[in-house]
Amino acid sequence: MSLAVYIIVMAGVTYLIRMIPFTFFRKKIKSRFFRSFLYYIPYAVLSAMTIPAIFYTTHNIWTAAAGTAVALLLAFLEMPLIVVALAASGAAFLLGLFL
Amino acid sequence: MNKNFLRGMSHGIPICLGYLSVSFGLGILSVNKAGLSIFQSALISATCLTSAGQKAGIDVIAASGAIIEMILLQLTINIRYSLMAISLSQKLDKRFTTPHRLLASYGITDEIFAVCSAQKEPLTPAYMYGMILIAGGGWVLGTALGAAAGELLPAAVSAAMEIVLYGMFIAIVIPPAKKQHSVLFVAVLAAAISVIFHYALPMVSEGFAIIIAAIVASAIAAAVFPIKDEEAEQ
Repeated sequence: MSLAVYIIVMAGVTYLIRMIPFTFFRKKIKSRFFRSFLYYIPYAVLSAMTIPAIFYTTHNIWTAAAGTAVALLLAFLEMPLIVVALAASGAAFLLGLFL
Repeated sequence: MNKNFLRGMSHGIPICLGYLSVSFGLGILSVNKAGLSIFQSALISATCLTSAGQKAGIDVIAASGAIIEMILLQLTINIRYSLMAISLSQKLDKRFTTPHRLLASYGITDEIFAVCSAQKEPLTPAYMYGMILIAGGGWVLGTALGAAAGELLPAAVSAAMEIVLYGMFIAIVIPPAKKQHSVLFVAVLAAAISVIFHYALPMVSEGFAIIIAAIVASAIAAAVFPIKDEEAEQ
């Protein structure tokens, strides 16, 4: 499959998801189940994408685990996104120096 | 220059700084995992403007996945933007005519949505354009720099940078999971299903595993913990 097709599909779907409700939607979704489902979807997606994939990111399970642990701790302390993200990477890199 | 445009630009600066480093990791990933060029990586960022969706899309490209997989994956991961778009559509200024809506909807991201929602006055097109220009610029620039560095950086550094996006995902999920048992429940359930797919059902592609895990976990959570109206407003 050509790369251009992938990019057009990715960009097109992502744009339509934003554009259609932003342009045409004026009312609220009534179904409580559907609203709940939409509310939980981002968390479920991010969690499923992160685990177990995060443990394979750095090509070494121990440095990846160290990065994950640091990210979990700092996220628990509610540090800004950027701090959590960079600290995870920093921890993985530093441990990598010793392995 | 338009006052609202400038205000949007200044509100976009913190988002831009955050995007620079996160998209840097995405650029590295595009090069390392999918073998894309700097231009191709930056083009994806400029046309899609979505972290999790792009990460998943790059996985599909790297695996030469099916187009239907790409469509379903983008739908599942990015459907949250529809909710944000609905929410923002309620507080638009009169100047937001249909052409402006068609244009500005391109820039509805988690962070831009968060800043726009926090504004007390109605949103003008100029304000959103200013923010999207600065934040989106940071996103594209960071991707290009990451893709360029991915080719130059020592392997140890670029490998460590691949974890950046996942770190951001953790930072998005954990704080609400601390406060709401339902969010913790859905996150743990989705992770568990994802782990089952990865180790017990390796024939299912990563993309479909994520879609199934997210839909099943969210549907169960929606049935067990239906949200109150205030939460939907957030």
